[in-house]
Amino acid sequence: MTTTTASVPAGKNRPYSGTGDRLRLWWDAQARPTQWLIGVPFIVFIAFLPVLRIPVLTTVGTDFGGVMAQFGMIALVAIGLNVVVGSAGLLDLGYVGFYAIGAYTVALLTSPDSPWNLTDQWLSQRWAWLFCVPIAIAITAISGLILGSPTLRLRGDYLAIVTLGFGEIVRLLADNLTTITQGGRGLQGVAFPYFGGTDKNPDGVFSAGNSDAPWNSGLWWFWLSIVLIVIVLLVVGNLERSRVGRAWIAIREDEDAAEIMGVPTFKFKLWAFMIGAAIGGLSGALYAGQVQFVVPTNFNVINSMFFLCAVVLGGQGNKLGVILGAFIIVYLPNFFQGRTSLFGIPIDGNDIAGYKYLFFGIALIVLMIFRPQGLFPARQKLLAYSRGLYQAARRAALGGDRATSAAAVLADGPADASSDVPGAGTKDGGDR
Amino acid sequence: MSEPNSPDSLRAGAESNEQFLSPDGSISTSEDSREQDLPDGEVIEVDVDLASVNPDLADAGTVAEIVAADREIRAEVGAPLLEMKSVTMQFGGLTALDDVSFTINRGEILGLIGPNGAGKTTAFNAMTGVYRPSSGSVEFDGRALGSIKRNEITRRGIARTFQNIRLFSDMTALENVVVGTDARHRTSVPGAILRLPRHRREEKDAIDRGMALLEFVGIGSRATHQARNLPYGDQRRLEIARALATEPKLLCLDEPAAGFNPAEKEQLQDLIRKIRDDGFTVLLIEHDMRLVMGVTDRIVVLEFGRKIAEGLPQEIAQNPAVIAAYLGVPDDATA
Repeated sequence: MTTTTASVPAGKNRPYSGTGDRLRLWWDAQARPTQWLIGVPFIVFIAFLPVLRIPVLTTVGTDFGGVMAQFGMIALVAIGLNVVVGSAGLLDLGYVGFYAIGAYTVALLTSPDSPWNLTDQWLSQRWAWLFCVPIAIAITAISGLILGSPTLRLRGDYLAIVTLGFGEIVRLLADNLTTITQGGRGLQGVAFPYFGGTDKNPDGVFSAGNSDAPWNSGLWWFWLSIVLIVIVLLVVGNLERSRVGRAWIAIREDEDAAEIMGVPTFKFKLWAFMIGAAIGGLSGALYAGQVQFVVPTNFNVINSMFFLCAVVLGGQGNKLGVILGAFIIVYLPNFFQGRTSLFGIPIDGNDIAGYKYLFFGIALIVLMIFRPQGLFPARQKLLAYSRGLYQAARRAALGGDRATSAAAVLADGPADASSDVPGAGTKDGGDR
Repeated sequence: MSEPNSPDSLRAGAESNEQFLSPDGSISTSEDSREQDLPDGEVIEVDVDLASVNPDLADAGTVAEIVAADREIRAEVGAPLLEMKSVTMQFGGLTALDDVSFTINRGEILGLIGPNGAGKTTAFNAMTGVYRPSSGSVEFDGRALGSIKRNEITRRGIARTFQNIRLFSDMTALENVVVGTDARHRTSVPGAILRLPRHRREEKDAIDRGMALLEFVGIGSRATHQARNLPYGDQRRLEIARALATEPKLLCLDEPAAGFNPAEKEQLQDLIRKIRDDGFTVLLIEHDMRLVMGVTDRIVVLEFGRKIAEGLPQEIAQNPAVIAAYLGVPDDATA
């Protein structure tokens, strides 16, 4: 009974047939130097988008540099949340809590309004931000540990509810501990990195006062976040192609089976939580530095949903996909903001931007129906030294005279492409 | 690795080259022509000759050598490996196991049989730490399996497969097996982030051993296939390979032949023998009498949670209590 239903290949969902897959295959097939040759100019091009100010792409209502800076921060958040939700499969609805802790750590240590301000004592305002970022990362990682150790024994929906509560608790603490956080008045004058001060911009290029577009502060924050994203991607990528990443995927697929196969599941879930939290904290620290002002309303629970939306939209488990997801959710509302016509057609952009939650809600529903795996679904590579194997697979795919050609494989598999839902039949077992 | 003209540099169709190379089409136009006979999609699901990746794997003896269990097990063949000592399992009012005792000796294939609901799987779960016995104890390798975690039990040397296949279906066959080898590895987050030497060594070992294991169970050519796309029989074999990857002293197979046709059962018998000959101890839970009789060295029979017989296959086949348990007792005998 169950044996047969679970194990008959549940509808061969053609694994590599979409445009994105071809792009990915093409990319994987390139040699390392070629990948660098394409990748670096591409990143540089993205980095200079706010400078180039391409007509239709550039936002009109808000500064394009500022939008891209926001994108950079949300992209970091999405990468961090993707570790928790996408890789390890732990639904975290309170991720904004970590973002808030990162932002408040920097703000509390550097804002003149805070009782714990260090900048009026021995810490120079110029170096305060850089000094506080590692502290913010460490504190959010510890908060991830504190939240995770009791709650990660829960599974599925229960975990989601507890994390939702955590996000709210952080915000309510920030709102109500008025003697420390100033409550709803917020903390002003948060430190930011000092770099390249001139007579015109005495506080340097990262200062909010630097508004001479296109080389304004938004652009510099965007560049800073690109550097951080690349570093974080390298770290997360190394983790994915290791015992740790495989443990995460195994836990997501079937936690009991993973444990019985010797995976210390609790330990690696905790690591996922801590790493995700640390990345969220880093992003929060960036945010606090950029706006130089931290207030509890910025960390509403709706932001958690927004972050999750970026991950789900982009494709859970695909760290590059979630960056694109972050771009979509940040850029699209800003694209419409303040726009009165598009390609000559008059539109009311402010209205469209105002209804962004409605549109993203609809988009998510449509996505769940037609493409539940996200716009850019994951094809994770979990082995660090398997290049030889995949090259052999490509050789086999290309070798026409071999019995093991692709055609032979096509012939012996059931040619049924009906199921698009990955693991629909087998996933249930692990979630009990 | 960086020969721009090597055939491996493209699996996608030629039209996709144009599509994606428009910014820098010069890079791989030279190999476009080779790609045209490739079908769209499915390209990763091709069989691969592992011997071309690692020439050692061409020789079955070397494969068995890489897969082999610890020498120490071979040296102590016949000594008790796992002892069930008066194990009782109760779920509420239901007694699933009632004072069951038996031993599994090193280097043997022990069959655990019994009619439906006899408590086979419960016994199995008690052994592998899924359940904790209500009373009695399980001793493995000279030490009691007390209240240790399930992943620790695997590290102690008990591996299992599942009656209803539970592979990591999004992973490739090789990745599934490598998850098993990870049980013996110690790299954690810092080592993986910094790619420390131990991490690199463990990763390479895992891939070598993983490929050898796939070759050993006979599905080496499917290494890059996604687990969910494998045929049923290969999924069963992959489960065995994944369990062997944890370097167990005792391999527990829970109805490995479920859903198999006679030819596949025949192959499974050969595989189980091969596993034993490679130095592993095997516990086989199975319904199929012919398979059990054909492959096991000794058999334990359960009925209604009690052990009703234990002995060599021929003895069990003659045992009246076993025959009664399987076929029922004639009406006139009960009267």
